[in-house]
Amino acid sequence: MSRRYVERLTDIAIAAFLWSFRIAVVLVVVVGSALTLMTGLFTADAWVRLLVDGLTLGSVYAMVALGYTMVYGILRMINFAHGEVFMAGAFGGYFTAVALDDAGFLNANPLSSLLSIVIMLLVAAAVSTVIAVLIERIAYRPLRNAPRLVPLISSIGASFFLQYTFRGFFGSRKYSYPTVDILNQDVGLPFLVDLRWVQVLVIASALLMMTVLYLFVMRSRTGTAIRAVSEDKSTAALMGIDVNRAIVTTFALGAAMAGAAGVLYALLFRQIDFFVGFLPGVKAFTSAVLGGIGNVPGAVVGGLFLGEIEAVGPALFFTGLGVPSVTQLKDVIAFTMLVLVLIFRPSGILGERLARQRA
Amino acid sequence: MTAITASVTVTRHRRWRRVLTMGMTGAVIAIYLALVGIVPTFEARSLISGVLAVGESFVLGTFIVIGYLAARYFDGRPALAVTAGAGAGAITGAALSLLILIGPAVNLRSIFLNASDSLYAVLTLGRGTEFFWIPLLGGAVVGALGGAMRTLPLPIQKSIAAGLLSLVALGLFANLLRTPLLASPFASIGRLLFTSEGLTLFGAAVTLSTSLGAGIGGAIGARQGSRRWGMVTGLALGAVGSLLIGVIAADNAPSGLSRTDAAALGGVLGGLVGIPLGGLLGGGIARWIRALRLDRRYDALPTNARRAVRAIPMIPLLVVVLILPFSFGQIFAQVIVFVAIYILMGLGLNITLGLAGLLDLGFVAFFAVGAYTVSLLTSTSEFGLADFSWWLAVPFAVGVAFLFGAFLGLPILGIRGDYLAIATLGFGEIIRILSVSDLLRPWLGGPQGITGVPKPFTVAPGDPLSGPNQIYYIALVCAGVIAFIAYRLRDSRIGRAWVAIREDEDVAEAIGINLVQTKLLAYALGAAFAGLGGAVFAGLIGATFPTDINLLVSINVAALIIVGGMGSIPGVVVGAIVLIGLPELFREFQEYRYLFYGAALIGLMRFRPEGLFPSRSVERELHVEENVEPAGAPVGAWVAQLEAEREGEIEPDTPYSEPPAKETR
Repeated sequence: MSRRYVERLTDIAIAAFLWSFRIAVVLVVVVGSALTLMTGLFTADAWVRLLVDGLTLGSVYAMVALGYTMVYGILRMINFAHGEVFMAGAFGGYFTAVALDDAGFLNANPLSSLLSIVIMLLVAAAVSTVIAVLIERIAYRPLRNAPRLVPLISSIGASFFLQYTFRGFFGSRKYSYPTVDILNQDVGLPFLVDLRWVQVLVIASALLMMTVLYLFVMRSRTGTAIRAVSEDKSTAALMGIDVNRAIVTTFALGAAMAGAAGVLYALLFRQIDFFVGFLPGVKAFTSAVLGGIGNVPGAVVGGLFLGEIEAVGPALFFTGLGVPSVTQLKDVIAFTMLVLVLIFRPSGILGERLARQRA
Repeated sequence: MTAITASVTVTRHRRWRRVLTMGMTGAVIAIYLALVGIVPTFEARSLISGVLAVGESFVLGTFIVIGYLAARYFDGRPALAVTAGAGAGAITGAALSLLILIGPAVNLRSIFLNASDSLYAVLTLGRGTEFFWIPLLGGAVVGALGGAMRTLPLPIQKSIAAGLLSLVALGLFANLLRTPLLASPFASIGRLLFTSEGLTLFGAAVTLSTSLGAGIGGAIGARQGSRRWGMVTGLALGAVGSLLIGVIAADNAPSGLSRTDAAALGGVLGGLVGIPLGGLLGGGIARWIRALRLDRRYDALPTNARRAVRAIPMIPLLVVVLILPFSFGQIFAQVIVFVAIYILMGLGLNITLGLAGLLDLGFVAFFAVGAYTVSLLTSTSEFGLADFSWWLAVPFAVGVAFLFGAFLGLPILGIRGDYLAIATLGFGEIIRILSVSDLLRPWLGGPQGITGVPKPFTVAPGDPLSGPNQIYYIALVCAGVIAFIAYRLRDSRIGRAWVAIREDEDVAEAIGINLVQTKLLAYALGAAFAGLGGAVFAGLIGATFPTDINLLVSINVAALIIVGGMGSIPGVVVGAIVLIGLPELFREFQEYRYLFYGAALIGLMRFRPEGLFPSRSVERELHVEENVEPAGAPVGAWVAQLEAEREGEIEPDTPYSEPPAKETR
């Protein structure tokens, strides 16, 4: 009798704790935002700039998130090494860019710049795809029927292996991307000050690639096979679908997106090193969960949402509360977002698209 | 008839194709090792001084393993096996030769940092790029040796492998082992066996004849009736024989032969004599030992006495552990303190991850809480809140870490397993960012951290307990206490509840275990242990810096548990020694530490998910499927396919059907 009483009491305590947690978060957000807006430190232009930054960053997250969400959807596995696949793409793009720059092609004229970027994206996507397919073959496929922690640990291992392989190959120094002159020019729109072409490029190419991916997954035969396999592996196999091939294709698609995203990210931030994949990786995973894991449009929504929160959040929530150096806390916001989503809405904004768990 | 002949030919073609595949795999591995920098970096450290460096032995090791594995397709046909080994080794070496030829021509260095002249020098044994054929030739020869190894009887194969591995281990630790040896009465032998940077040839001869003695002695002893005693005597006589004759030879070195060379020759000779002698004597000794009927006498002893007998081998170990910091000097003392602190944290995470199955990638958060609590309570700097002694602060640190664990655990424990790992990772990162942020700078000192933490014992500078030594003993005592607690917890009611949750949450709940409370306790207890680790760490450094708080700490702890064996206390100790001790001791390992971790985690999950030193229950559970026939699958066909794969008639992993799906959570 008393034991049950204690258990009830702890349940109530936990519920109370969780509610106070929610209220605290909401309070910080609401009060902080209100105070910040009242200070009038930021002009409307500044907010617009932050929003555009968020949109740019968010499109990169969205592209990486697609890989997480598709792999999770098909294998129920967090591909911890996906951030490193992204990093590999950034490196592939870097060496392509250097080669193009040495050949004088990169900045010859706007058309050649554009062509160079397309080549960089393709090379990066190819490098990432090769790496992802290799990891899948070596580190994940043999573990397909193992308990859940086993492939997760293997993917953590793969993540470190890739990071430090790149460190061994290329050293721990930072590599600066060659400048593409045209990308750093202002677009010159009257209502969007400081909008640079690079941001337009990132947003546009992300949208384009994601649309193509979406159409591929929804319309093509291979896409249908992928969806069937993530619905139910054994039934799909009975229908004559090559399960392994569908899974490898999923990895390859996600990796190609991540590799291209690596180049876009590097064009935005200009510097890469072997550790560059970690933070975008975790954030993209957050985006995937945020949008509802297994849900392709959800990953895009989640990525854009997280990008916005991260860009606007520190200034909006914390400036009014008198927090010093708010930009230091942008990762805190992203990680808090991650924890909050996992606690309060693990099925995400648009809802999970996972097949019903079979007993 | 023709059909059968055809299939045999096909099979043989397949075998050679596999040898080719093996060679290509070796080629990829060798190129990888070269370009990732392992070969040139490790060249600075020698195994056998003046003869073999670690960098080269990575390449040689690849050749041997590839040759051995390629020979596996021709078991029972020695000539073909050796040819296959040589072929695969040659392909591997050819890749390196190509690298030497092409690398400088296309300026590979502009992309791969390590494709430098020093790499090519190592690969050509210091002769320069015009000797590009050296790896090709070396690969063929060493690969053939690897293939030849496969044709030997299994015990001898094992002893050769053991010998080569102990050669590596002794060579690496040469300097460490030599220091106490030189201080002992056996200084002259120590000088013969080791140089300051590796084994001598004599040392290598003694090592090899010791392990070969075990193998050959065992093989001879087996014919005489006792493999075990053949092994023991073979090992002993191999070691003693080569050591003795080597030392005698060195003391009576004929003119024209240096002392060390004489020792090496004598060592080889002694081994040749000692090993077969040991094997022959082994049978006799076995008979004699059996006559003593030790086992019956042991069984007749009362329980307490039996326990005491079993503890006897532990005594020398204990003595070694206690005098460790004095015998090897200050740097080593510092390293073993690190190891001890990681054992502490490992035991903590062992409860969370090993027993309850909650993968926590943000364990560093609790380490941070412990370290900052001690620092805040004891520091003499401006951030100090109370002038506590270290001892008084530790219980607070543990308590605060426990509460913190409960506090963080409450919201996140409802999350399903794989999400939990990421959520805790997020928590760890939040704590790390906050500890360096300007937000908490007035309290935690920002990037400068909190300094001025007093040592637990205030002693005079020359005292044996000054420096890291006192922390070593404190950490040792803490680890002992915690290991005892962990051991008792594991077998308690709550421990069994944790294991039940790890196995299957739904079933655990159904049999009346309160999931949230039980998980919370595991999480908070793990946190408390990590807090203790942080407290000891703050005492060691005399400060807390936010740079010591990073994701890699969490990864270190998680990796050492996974490698050691989840849920296994000896596994934690071994894992900490290997994963923390080695990289701290050797700069080269430090460089590639996380590369090795990554490879180890992937390899372990694939081949040995229970870890190197698993607790018995985990081992049984993870291998259970191998003993049970898969339900619902036409077993006969499945077995037939396995047989076919073993016979090499079809490729492994041919999709027979979806393997019997056993949905696990």
